[in-house]
Amino acid sequence: MAHKHTQAETRTQTQATAPRGTIDGALRLLDYWATAYRRTWKGSVVSSFVTPLLYVLAMGVLLGGFVEADPDTLEGATSYLAFVVPGMIAAQSMTLVFGEVTYPVMGMIKWNRTYYAMTAGPLGVEHVILAHLGFVAFRVAVSAAVFLAVVAPFGVHEAWWGVLLAFPVQVLIGLAFAAPIYAFSAGLKSESAFSLVFRLGMIPLFLFSGAFFPVSNLDQPLESLAVITPLWHGVDLTRMLTLGTLELGPALVHVAYLGALVVLGWWWAQRRLQRRMVV
Amino acid sequence: MIHASGLRKSFGGFEAVRGIDVDVRPGEAFGFLGPNGAGKSSTMRMIAAVSPVSGGTLRILGMDPATDAQQIKARIGVCPQEDTLDTELTVRDNLVVYGRYFGLPRAEVRERAQELLEFVQLTEKADAMVDDLSGGMKRRLTIARSLINRPDILLLDEPTTGLDPQARHVVWDRLFRLKQQGVTLVLTTHYMDEAEQLTDRLVVMDKGVIVAEGSPLDLIAAHSTREVAELRFPVPTDGGTHEPLAEKVADLAERVEVLPDRLLLYTADGEETVTKVHERGLQPIATLVRRSTLEDVFLRLTGRTLVD
Repeated sequence: MAHKHTQAETRTQTQATAPRGTIDGALRLLDYWATAYRRTWKGSVVSSFVTPLLYVLAMGVLLGGFVEADPDTLEGATSYLAFVVPGMIAAQSMTLVFGEVTYPVMGMIKWNRTYYAMTAGPLGVEHVILAHLGFVAFRVAVSAAVFLAVVAPFGVHEAWWGVLLAFPVQVLIGLAFAAPIYAFSAGLKSESAFSLVFRLGMIPLFLFSGAFFPVSNLDQPLESLAVITPLWHGVDLTRMLTLGTLELGPALVHVAYLGALVVLGWWWAQRRLQRRMVV
Repeated sequence: MIHASGLRKSFGGFEAVRGIDVDVRPGEAFGFLGPNGAGKSSTMRMIAAVSPVSGGTLRILGMDPATDAQQIKARIGVCPQEDTLDTELTVRDNLVVYGRYFGLPRAEVRERAQELLEFVQLTEKADAMVDDLSGGMKRRLTIARSLINRPDILLLDEPTTGLDPQARHVVWDRLFRLKQQGVTLVLTTHYMDEAEQLTDRLVVMDKGVIVAEGSPLDLIAAHSTREVAELRFPVPTDGGTHEPLAEKVADLAERVEVLPDRLLLYTADGEETVTKVHERGLQPIATLVRRSTLEDVFLRLTGRTLVD
């Protein structure tokens, strides 16, 4: 290029460089994600507005009308609606993530090889992961914010400070699922395992992790099983916050549990993607 | 620019590259010629600092890919064999987004993208989706993308494989211009005409080792004759070969290669040889006299053809 672009080079002569750190590298991928998101954001925002509304009407209002509003059986909620809304918010943070880090991750490795383009330049696997999971966190944040706002008029938020805290908690829940599932997807050769992940992983978690009924309704040992699932920790934490019934000890256990999943999942993701792509 | 000695690459028990020595000098167009599976792409991936070296020494721009992969990758351009363009983005966005990976400011990347689109003759397609481009256009876009960081070395893995003849010539033309501008080109190919057209110097690879090295002309002079007389015969239906025919004409050429459908007679004067063949009463279906090519060099060195 040197000769042809002599003129241009006098105007613009920034040198291509290696990233200064993981965050600098991941930020270089911002334009990719922003460009990709610009094509789809309208649809995703509409669906993250409509979906909670439909769920709240069907499950919270109509089905909830048959449930006795007894705080003793509803973990302190004064209506089934107030009980089920935080559960659904947490569950949505999970289901959104399942969609974002299964097929899309495989696609970017195997089908359109976007990750190979990203790492052909000075960026490495660690930047790719941080940027992708950062995008997932952003998606969870947007949909959680929309959900919390949509249900506000139904009078289900008992404590404003709790709602404000419930928002970052959704990002934590999202990443607690995103990191390990990302790792799983990053090493997977064929997409056929994903349908099992959805049917045997996501759907049972969605239904039985205390989002729709108190896990104490389950018989032992199912209750014990339910309270070790990551979604239950997310549901219980979110519910404490929106109902204003926060207990510090259990809340810290939830945060630590979810945080540990993020850290372990991230470490595993790094390892799996490195092994997959750097051969 | 690139120095390799005793370079090796193995995958499990399979050795794809088995100890090669290569030096690429600034401004030259250097080629790896060989059939599929010769170890060319594995070598290229090591040079591109995306595949760890299994043995030997490799330095790119004086740096070791084991420790300075990111620095190396910032200064090279890579045009991979399989397109890695983002089909859901526009032509221009593919360039802009990619340029940002190199830490270049947005305005500057836009400017460079515009220049490069012009260079690869895609200005009018700037706002089209990549999905709507032909194979040749996609390859040109990939080349444009690999130049966005103004690389010191441009790596091209099979740059025209899968393109129709016309599209290949357009790509060759662009690469030739880059070469004229002084960009160091390193390319792999299994097309001898591509190697002859584009490279100043090349190595012939087979089964993970280098079997010859030199300029296209030197290699032809060293390993082949000036001309080749091709004698086409019907493919034997009884499972036999043309060996008996070859024996009849063995003394007319320096060397005779026997292929299923023809004999290749390596000789200084092809026409004269064909005349003598006819005098002996042999009646080929067709004859062709041509100059020796790298294909003949490869056949000589390995006993096999480049494209099976």
